[in-house]
Formats: sequence, structure tokens, C-alpha cells
Amino acid sequence: MFLAELLASSLRMAVPILLTALGAVFTERAGVVNIGLEGMMIAGSFMGALGSYYYGPYFGLLLAMIAGLFMALIHAVNTVTFRVDQIVSGVAINILAYGGCRFLSLAIFKMATTSPRVSGLPKIDIPGLNIGFLKPLVSGVSPVIILALLLVPVSSFIINRTVFGLRLRSVGENPLAADTLGIDVFKMKYAGVLISGALAGLSGAYLALEHTGMYVEGMTQGKGFIALAAMIFGNWEPVGALWASLLFGFSEALSFRVVEGGAIPYQFIKMIPYVLTLAVLTGVVKKSTAPAADGVPYERGLK
Amino acid sequence: MERAVVLKGITKRFPGIVANDGIDLEVKKGEIHAIVGENGAGKSTLMKILAGIYQPDEGEIYIFGKRERITSPGRAIELKIGMVHQHFMLVDRFTVLENIILGAEKRAGITIDEKNSRKMIEELLSLYNFSLDLDARVEEISVGQAQRVEILKVLYRGADILVLDEPTAVLAPQEVKELFVNLRRLKEEGKTIIFISHKLDEVLEIADRITVLRRGRVVGTVMPSEVTKEELARMMVGKPVFMKLEKASVPTGEVLLSVKDLVVKESTGKTVVNGVSFEIRGGEIYGIAGIEGNGQKELAEAILGLRQISSGQVTICGRNAGNLSVREIRDLGVAFIPEDRHRQGLILPMKVWENMVLGFHRKKEFLKGRSLNLKAIRKFAEKKSEEFLVMLSSIEQSIEGLSGGNQQKVILGRELSREPEVIIASQPTRGLDVGAAEFVHKELLKKREEGKAILLISADLEEVLSLSDRVGVIYNGRITAEFKPEEVTLEDIGVYMLGGEVKAGEGA
Repeated sequence: MFLAELLASSLRMAVPILLTALGAVFTERAGVVNIGLEGMMIAGSFMGALGSYYYGPYFGLLLAMIAGLFMALIHAVNTVTFRVDQIVSGVAINILAYGGCRFLSLAIFKMATTSPRVSGLPKIDIPGLNIGFLKPLVSGVSPVIILALLLVPVSSFIINRTVFGLRLRSVGENPLAADTLGIDVFKMKYAGVLISGALAGLSGAYLALEHTGMYVEGMTQGKGFIALAAMIFGNWEPVGALWASLLFGFSEALSFRVVEGGAIPYQFIKMIPYVLTLAVLTGVVKKSTAPAADGVPYERGLK
Repeated sequence: MERAVVLKGITKRFPGIVANDGIDLEVKKGEIHAIVGENGAGKSTLMKILAGIYQPDEGEIYIFGKRERITSPGRAIELKIGMVHQHFMLVDRFTVLENIILGAEKRAGITIDEKNSRKMIEELLSLYNFSLDLDARVEEISVGQAQRVEILKVLYRGADILVLDEPTAVLAPQEVKELFVNLRRLKEEGKTIIFISHKLDEVLEIADRITVLRRGRVVGTVMPSEVTKEELARMMVGKPVFMKLEKASVPTGEVLLSVKDLVVKESTGKTVVNGVSFEIRGGEIYGIAGIEGNGQKELAEAILGLRQISSGQVTICGRNAGNLSVREIRDLGVAFIPEDRHRQGLILPMKVWENMVLGFHRKKEFLKGRSLNLKAIRKFAEKKSEEFLVMLSSIEQSIEGLSGGNQQKVILGRELSREPEVIIASQPTRGLDVGAAEFVHKELLKKREEGKAILLISADLEEVLSLSDRVGVIYNGRITAEFKPEEVTLEDIGVYMLGGEVKAGEGA
């Protein structure tokens, strides 16, 4: 029972990381580094809560994704059209999201750091498996979790099997070659960035609606960055991102459990996911291979 | 005979120059038509017009008898004109198949119809008698094979007219032979081939007709059987060129550069230079021949201190240089002519005079107290520009505005005027036209006569053989053979360049 609960908790913790990491796969395979995913998650968490507060959870999810899209559009205009440094633009978006949400929260909810409680999506009990020790895993599951898990094979299929995916990848590997073959490099890059924004927005909404039932400032806790680490750990592949996200989710879930035990000072336990992120980034990065033109702005007419 | 391409009075102007000046050209269907000319003669501009990248300012283009305007690369493909770029436009991490279909995928719904694509490519392969592993990743295949992928890309798109831009520049002699076999096969199947080159031997071997360009104009169209190499060169340059280099006999002096059991590793741990040893005495040119990517670049950079040495020894003028910084090594008297002048030799946006003293700006003569003595530097730059025949409007011009040959002359002016003892020349004539290359060769020979030690690394076999006193062939990070140039033929060296044997299965 403990194990199943731990796994269920891991999965709940992994989902926001997974959704954003999937987005990160799309944008980076198109050659755009999107460090602004954290900000897009923040925007998603606030707009999700806002939408749900007024019109219910489904509208919240939709609004969150639109907010993510909008933030991603800013990033795409900056980095693809105007070739601004991708890190700088991403950092700016993070700051914009943080300040913007605080401002809007104060303006709308009259509270700077939290929203009122909002309703989430109806939980689902997966039928047929609701027996014995599996119960925590299959009962009261958020539909977003199921959606996130479904998105893994779907993303993998899109990236690796479709015409769109092939072109997306070609743009991240060698945009000049893609351009000479008549592929619209800019369009593909926009597509990658926008998909990442929508998924990060959804991920933020999941945090607000499904996790805590309200928006809290700073609730993303750097998950956007952890998602980037998960994407790298997963070698820029959706399936890899799933395993990496589960690992991070597990470490977070574990940190909650151990706190309850209380043997080790709780501050150290809280560090686990972040220490793991650092370890992953220093240790694993060497073995993984980024798209060849990742992070490099593409300019036409340059040799 | 049907005409595949007819150009009438094509003129293309860029600010300050007329790249193509009233060019008339006729290419017959099913012929291999070579276009030769020095760099800057307008070959590339002309081909870019054909490929739809540039629009001509004046003139008419007829493709298979119909007047056309080639407004975009896409339109060129519709007109069945396919361009094989000099620098491969391939996605290294993709498979051969993915590279060929990219941008023109056969679809099954939203997915790629791999079965049909594969079938179609395999039909092309068997029709033209090419051999290629469609599932190999491009990063794993040889340069010759990568070029075949480029050719297949345009064939897959249905091209009838193939434009090949300097296709042999990157190939070993054996690979050139294979390419020529492939090209003849394409010709038999009725394809028209436009072959751009400045290697006259090759042009004479493969072309049915040759059109010579000079300074944006057509000098003439000739049959290879009617001209000699010297006559062609004269047409290109406009004045007689000495094809044979005068090499004086020079007494050799002391060992100035000695490399012993040198091992260099990549950051990934891969060994790129694997136990290379040689000695160069004053008054000697030691040539290193080999296909690019066999450790030449790393070898040069290790000697210069740009790369860490894993084991082995580098001795320059009697001093162990293994642990010295680049600056200390340079101060021992090492001149470096890098293979990629845009990345290593020059800072493109900076002015000519600034580039002329790069790295030497700390020398007393260029300083006034702690700041630069701009007057002295400008004077020096003026003098060297004149001495090295750099064609420029002013030394205040940024160096990216100069032609490749003139950029190289600036590097020579800078590197050779410091009285170096050891000169490392990496691909010193890459991309230069006949005149500029000749100039570089003469300067190197002059330094040889002055008793300097010269390490010449070049993929151009003819260059290596005609300049060097001894030649080492590098393959996979090792010197696999050493010759005196008069002892070997191009073919012999070519075999060593490919690893001692022509690999089975690569032949087409």
C-alpha cells in the first residue's frame, strides 16, 4: 500500500514536469532553447486559476494554454524573428510572468500571492483495476495525468514519424539545409516554441487546479527548469522525458514521505529534487546529444 | 541537338561590382558542360541565378527552349534544375533516406510513406548504379558518399539539369574517379550536367565542352580535345601562368620543429592524433597529405598550443613547447596560416589594418606607452598591403569585404613579416584562384630558401607534391606513409589517403 501510494504520488509530482518537458522537446528539436518555460508555467498556473474561478476548470485549462501560447509567441518573436539571445529572452519572460501574475492577482483577486480556492476537474476512477494495492494508483486520478501520459506516445509519434516532425527536427539540426529544401524554417521554429508554451501553460494549470486547488505565487518552484533538465536527461525524446520526469517526481514524492519520518533534517530532504537536477545536468549531459543547431538563431543569407 | 539551358546577356550587378556582365551560354541536353574561372570570375553568381537564389538584372533564360524566370529555388526545382552545393546541405544526424526525402516527403496521411520513398530511391540507385546504405546516418558515411546523397536529393526531386558547384574540392583522387563514373552514367541516362570547377585537369577529363569565365564575362567555349591545360589557364587568368614551380635546391639546416609520438585526444576521449612523429629542418617543407578530418587540424592546433597534448613531445627551435601557451609558442617564432581563415585567421568585421597586427599588437613597435601606436600600425599595414599585393580600396576597409585571396594575403603579410622560424601552413590555398594560389606558393618557397622550416598541411595533393621536400600521408591520426614527392604518383598517395586500400563496397 505504501509503495503504491508512493508511486501514485510520484506520478502526480511527475506530471507537471512531464508536460513541460514534452514542450521543451518540441521547442529544442526545432532549435530554440526555451528557458522561459518556467514563466509560461507561472502564467499557466495563474490563468488556470483565474479561468476556473469564473467559468470552471475546463475554461481554466484552456485559458492557461492560451496564456502559455501568448508567452511563447513573445519568445518566438524575440528569438526567431529578431534573433535575440534565447537565454536573455527566456529570462525576461520568466520575470515578466512573475511580475505580471502578481500584478493581475492583486488587481483581480485583491491578493498579491494567492487566489481563492478554485475547483479542479472531476477525478476519474479507472474501472477494472480498482483492486487491492493498486487502488491509490487508479482511483481519483486527474484527467490531466491521463492526458499527459497519452501525450508521450503522441509526441513521440509526431516527432519521429510524421512529415511535420521530420521537418521540425531538420530545422533544429541544420536550418540552412532545410531552407534550401524549401522548408519554412521560421514557421517550424514558431511551431516548436508555441507547442512548448501551450504545454507549459497546461502544466501550470495542472499545478493550480489539480494539485493545490488554488494559485499560489511561486508554486512552480522551478519545475520549468527541472523540466528542461528532464528533457536533457531524456535525450530530447518524449519517452526519455517521461522516465526522467518520473525520476524527478519520485524524488519529490520521496522527500514528502521522509519528512513525515523526520529522521533527517527536512531541509536536506527538500533539496533532493534540485540536487538530482544538478547531478543529472553535470553527469548525463556529456552522454546526451542536443540538436546540432540548438540555441543558434537562424539568419537567412548567411553562409 | 536540344538545348537544355540557354542564357542570353545575363547581367548581375552588386554594389560596386558587376559579377556577371552580359553572359551568353548554351548547354546542350545530355552534355557535361564545365564552367571554369578564377574565384570572383562570376561562376557562383551565374549558378545562383540558375538555381533561383539570385535574380539577374538583365538578360534572358531559356530552359529546354522555353523562356523562364527562375524566381526561387522552388521554381528551379519545378524547372528540373537541381543544385549540388559545394558545402553539403545535409543533416548529419538524419539517415541517408531522411536526408533525401526531406522537404519532398511522400505522405501517407500525416506520416511519412517510408516504403514508397525507399522504393523510389532504390530504383534511382539501381538506374544510376549508385551504391548507398539508405539507413546509415550521414555522420557515419564518407565525404564521397555524402556527395552521392546530395546528387540523389536532386534526382529524387526529378532534376534533369544538375549543377555541381566545385564537386571535387573535398574528394580524394579515388573518390573523384567514382564521381566521374557516376556523372558519366547520369549523362548516359540523358541528364544534363553543369560542372563548376577551377581544377583544370579534372575539367579536361570529364567535360564535353568548357566555358571559361573571367571577370564576369565569357572568354570562350572550347572542346577539351582542342586545348591544353596551359591554354585554359591562360584563358582564365588572362596572362600566361607558370604551372611548374621553380624549386631551388636549398641546404637544410638544423631541426627547427620536431614532433615525437604526439597524441591528441578530443574532449570526448576519442584519439584524433595517434602517435605522429616527424622532424623538419630549416630550408625544408614537410607536406602532410590526407583527406580532411584525419587529424590534420588537430595536429596543427596541438603544435601551436591551441589544443592540449595527451602525450608525446613538440620541440620548437630546441625548446620543449609541450606546456607553453599559444603566446609563448608564437614568440618562439611560429607563424600560423590557419585552414579556416574566417574563424581563426581573421576577425571579419574588423578593419584591414587591425587584422594586419592581430596577435602582434603587443610588440614594441606598435605601442606608444600602454596604448596602441595607431600611426605606426597603419603605416605597417600600408606597407605590407603593398608588399603582398593586397587589392583593397583602403586599409580602413573591414576585412570581410576583401576576396578570399586578398584576405589570405593579409594573413601572409602578418604572419610572414615577423621573421618566423617555423611556419605552419594549413590548407593555405583553399578557395583561392590560380593567381592568388601561385602567390602563396611563391611566398612559402621564398621562406624555404631563407632557411625556415615549413609544415604544409593540404588536401590538395598537387600542391603538397609540388612544394614539399618530404610528404607524410595522414590517415586516422597516423602518418601511414612517408615519401619524397618525386618517388610517388598521385594514385599511390591516394591509396594511402584512403587507409591503405580502396574500401570494398564504396565503388559505384
